[in-house]
Amino acid sequence: MAKIKGYQRPQTLHDKPWHFCPGCHHGIVHRLCAEVVEEMGLQSQTIGVGSVGCGVFSYNYFNFDGIGPSHGRAPAVATGVKRVLPDKLVFTYQGDGDLAAIGTTEMVHSAVRGENITIIFVNNTLYGMTGGQMAPTTLMGQQTTTTPRGRTREQAGYPMKVCEMLATMDGSAYIARTAVFNPAQVLKTKKAIRKAFETQMAGLGFSLVEVLSACPTNWGMNPLEALDHVKDNMLPVYPLGEFKLKKE
Amino acid sequence: MSEVILMKGNEAIGEAAIRANCRHFFGYPITPQTEVLEYLARRLPEEGGAYVQAESEISAINMVFGASCAGARVMTASSSPGISLMQEGISYIASAQLPAVIINIMRGAPGLGGIHPSQADYFQSVKGGGHGDYKLIVLAPSSVQELIDHTMLAFELSEKYRTPVMVFGDGMLGQMMEPVVFPDYLPPPVDRPWATTGMEGRGPNIVHTLYLPAPDLENHCHRLFDKYRDIEAREKRSQEYFTDDAEILVVSYGIASRVARAGVEMAREAGIKAGLFRPITLWPFPDLQLQAAAKQARLLISAEISMGQMIEDVRLGIRDKVPVKLFNRIGLVPNPDEIFEFIKAEAGEVSKIG
Repeated sequence: MAKIKGYQRPQTLHDKPWHFCPGCHHGIVHRLCAEVVEEMGLQSQTIGVGSVGCGVFSYNYFNFDGIGPSHGRAPAVATGVKRVLPDKLVFTYQGDGDLAAIGTTEMVHSAVRGENITIIFVNNTLYGMTGGQMAPTTLMGQQTTTTPRGRTREQAGYPMKVCEMLATMDGSAYIARTAVFNPAQVLKTKKAIRKAFETQMAGLGFSLVEVLSACPTNWGMNPLEALDHVKDNMLPVYPLGEFKLKKE
Repeated sequence: MSEVILMKGNEAIGEAAIRANCRHFFGYPITPQTEVLEYLARRLPEEGGAYVQAESEISAINMVFGASCAGARVMTASSSPGISLMQEGISYIASAQLPAVIINIMRGAPGLGGIHPSQADYFQSVKGGGHGDYKLIVLAPSSVQELIDHTMLAFELSEKYRTPVMVFGDGMLGQMMEPVVFPDYLPPPVDRPWATTGMEGRGPNIVHTLYLPAPDLENHCHRLFDKYRDIEAREKRSQEYFTDDAEILVVSYGIASRVARAGVEMAREAGIKAGLFRPITLWPFPDLQLQAAAKQARLLISAEISMGQMIEDVRLGIRDKVPVKLFNRIGLVPNPDEIFEFIKAEAGEVSKIG
């Protein structure tokens, strides 16, 4: 068979079908992480730390060392790995339930310590794996299985803005929010992931890339409607951009 | 090398970890364990190691999980309420088959309890504590010297069996000073071909605890329990005093066993055939050794600083063939006199039965 040219699966990604729902953005974000690891030549120097939620099987897709931690504790686990192996690339892959609810403590204090790790944070404004419950990131008025009449201020307060909060920490070296609802945004996300990994390898401190993502299944939308929802309803609450950029 | 020095229990644990080539420690302050933390915060950087003060015991045990994944010899220390917070992590460490040493310098409980010595975490540590089918090797030292010896042994056992090991101390052991000798013997280094250190020259290593297909989980649990049976067959440890002809056998561990021994000696001087059986491993519980030590016994006394927790294992161990009574105090270590008086009173009852 002739060698296929052009766009190919990176060596850092196993050749197996995703378990993700149609229109889900996890596959894109997985692939971007894998591409950056490969392009930086770090396949043999990377330890990926997964999470609990839809990203729970990340270690089955990434073709490099991987760890499955308990719910929300990935930054603490990554801290343990990094303190033993300070020269390796250590990153976590976490959703908004895992990171912004049960794992808030571990996230915040990793930033406070300026822990030299990277968090890839996939924000789809709800708990996907358990079937669409409210997360701290759920938009005002958004219907979920636990906010059946929409999120209200009285009952559940306001959406949590992770990048804005972490940017206030002196230990944060690179904090960015991106999206993947069109090819241009996908490329920007890849650049941000690369910057975050480079920040870590340069020893500058804590880095996090938040990727706004679609969950058509739990949003009750088709994949195209879900893309519009990210653009029209998430961007006003979660503006894109770099919130912290430490050069040295 | 075998120099005798005077050391505080908690600091002796820290130094034992250093000498055992443990270079990574993650912890959180809590009385009466804090000196372990303070000692290692000072000593580990001197030895090129890493000390991290975590934001909670939950984070500390998960840092231990990560460091062990990365192939390090690693330890944490806490006291009862903090150990409660670590239970989830201990379940994960056991399931992932990672070596790790956990020091519990027990304090009064339940709730915030107090800061006095206690042995009330027996159920939690020996019977489970975290979720699911797993076992935790639990070592019960009774002196500052044994805090050192058991910390060393804990590293060795945890790496030999790839399983978490707890050193089960208490507020008195942690706080008191005694003369100690650091042993020449050190836990040998072990290969960790499973560690997630980066896939240089091999395929990816994965450390995880998720087995979604039911047969996979069943097989995993059977593999764990094959290992636990192996540990039960090889690692039961205990000590005996005056058990050959003992009619009243006191069963006691840790700091309580020190005063129990003094109480038993007083009973012997008073002509009472008393003896002491001291479990050193609480899991695996030395049941066969207990049965052998209790051959002549007409009464067993479980002497503990709790409302009666080990007593259940004593009853199971003796197969309920001999009556078992509880001697206990809460919030303090009893005096030898109190144990002696209890033995004396029970000896009177035993002789009445004939």
